[in-house]
Amino acid sequence: MMAEARTGTLRRHHAQEVEAILARYPADQRRSAVMPLLYLAQHEYGYLSPAAVDEVADLVGVSGTQVASLVGFYSLYHDHPGGRVRMQICTDLPCALRGAEAFAREVCQNLGIRLGETTPDGAVTVEEVMCLAGCDRAPMFQAQDDRGIHYHENQTVASALEWVEEVRRTHGV
Amino acid sequence: MASEHILLRHRDVAGLERLDVYLEHGGFAALRAAVTTKSPAEVIDLVKASGLRGRGGAGFPTGVKWSFLSPNVFPRYVVVNADESEPGTFKDREILERNPFQFLEGVAICAYAAQAASAYIYCRGEFWDLAEGLERRIAELKERRLLGANLFGSDFSLEIFVHLGAGAYICGEETALLESLEGKLGQPRLRPPFPAAKGLYARPTVVNNVETLTNLPPIVERGAEWYRSIGTKDSPGTKVFSLSGHVARPGNYELPLGTTFRSLIFDHGGGVPGGRTIKAILPAGASAPMLRATDEVLDTPMDYESLPKAGSMLGSASIIVMDESVDVAWVALKTTRFFKHESCGKCTPCREGTYWMLQALERLHNEGAPGQVDLLVAVARGIEGKCLCPLGEFSIMPVTSGVDRFRPDFSAHEANGR
Repeated sequence: MMAEARTGTLRRHHAQEVEAILARYPADQRRSAVMPLLYLAQHEYGYLSPAAVDEVADLVGVSGTQVASLVGFYSLYHDHPGGRVRMQICTDLPCALRGAEAFAREVCQNLGIRLGETTPDGAVTVEEVMCLAGCDRAPMFQAQDDRGIHYHENQTVASALEWVEEVRRTHGV
Repeated sequence: MASEHILLRHRDVAGLERLDVYLEHGGFAALRAAVTTKSPAEVIDLVKASGLRGRGGAGFPTGVKWSFLSPNVFPRYVVVNADESEPGTFKDREILERNPFQFLEGVAICAYAAQAASAYIYCRGEFWDLAEGLERRIAELKERRLLGANLFGSDFSLEIFVHLGAGAYICGEETALLESLEGKLGQPRLRPPFPAAKGLYARPTVVNNVETLTNLPPIVERGAEWYRSIGTKDSPGTKVFSLSGHVARPGNYELPLGTTFRSLIFDHGGGVPGGRTIKAILPAGASAPMLRATDEVLDTPMDYESLPKAGSMLGSASIIVMDESVDVAWVALKTTRFFKHESCGKCTPCREGTYWMLQALERLHNEGAPGQVDLLVAVARGIEGKCLCPLGEFSIMPVTSGVDRFRPDFSAHEANGR
């Protein structure tokens, strides 16, 4: 992710997208646009720093504190930089019944990290998450990066590690 | 399955996720018929007569819910609950992905009945790709003038917008969802007022689940009597059952309401791998009492009225099957960890109670201190009936039913730890 990007550029670099997001809601309800704008800021800057939070707050006309509380409340927003991609493994009950806990453990062992940690090269952060509605195709994980979220289902430890290698190749890590 | 697919129709018609194929197979005839030949009130009456009940979990009659809209107050909104996050539930995802136009047609029929000019689809944030797909399809419909201003030459106009959540189970609760859509923390509202009176932006609002709305085109096209010929007297229609856990063929199965657990698990799901026996069933994801898989339970019809008699609920019909190898105390640990993580923090009994239930369960697993099971149950009773929304209530169901019905699994930990 582009953690080095300077904040304060959403209006300049993404004017059309910002306007399109605001246009989805009634003119007197700009605050509704806060969640999509937070995604836009997170994709632009890599994570939601206090400056990024203030920028979004200005766009919708609420206080930075109010927006910061949302970043803390919703699990897909991140106030700290992570790896290029967050590998979020579901270990909730239905997936756990199909071996997801052992899967997560072995993936981490192979990468030499613990759950919640980032590989030393900064490629991948492995996290444990709650149900992703992929219970019939466990073990599974979602990959969250600066373009969005994609599902990887019916996984084995080998296929997951292969995917990590691919992340390293595409990001030149 | 024996009968045809009404909701998972893409399994019978290849390419149904494409607009041209959907139109070839009668797509949008129902919306056209509703808008050009029926009044909004007539559509509401038709849906009432069909007996359709909300598929998100509560099972409330859909047409009745619509009829609560405050009269003569505009604008009104339709909000779709696509925040599918209940552990073990993955039915809306398949509909949105594979049969999106039937769903969108259902949204439009609902909006016509509610006389709403805007509809918001609140998708869980993880459904990023699905949301993009929906936006693409909404654009296609606008191009074909099946969405937008003055549909079919009438004065009914409709815009549909997609709104992504960001990872919070609580937003599946309809008032928390509305708060989230307004750009606030997803925390439930005190009711009344109900959303039908003061919902999104304090305007009259209908909130319905994806599967519920996908039922509307076939109901409008084929009538209430046809719909009532499927399922049971009090639970008409089919239901998409999400089957997961220890089964040979996990997946979605669309079957008439009233189908038995035995038929779903063995005839459709291929039974339990390795010939092991079933020990426990969670019939509504993590949010219902756990059932002991006796013959009587296995022969229980899965519908809104039979499950309570068997000691549980149908909810979103997400059937999690657990075989004899499963330790029910571990199941309670998993579901409690989920609810503790997802409690929104608004009501003290749920926020603190889920924390202390988790403490007791972790201690039980790590140390096995005597008295932990009674403590666990005491904390659970302290949550019961004391919260604004059902999350607190749900959090105790697998725990108390687990202790009631599988006490030895818990006692073993008390004695030995681990």
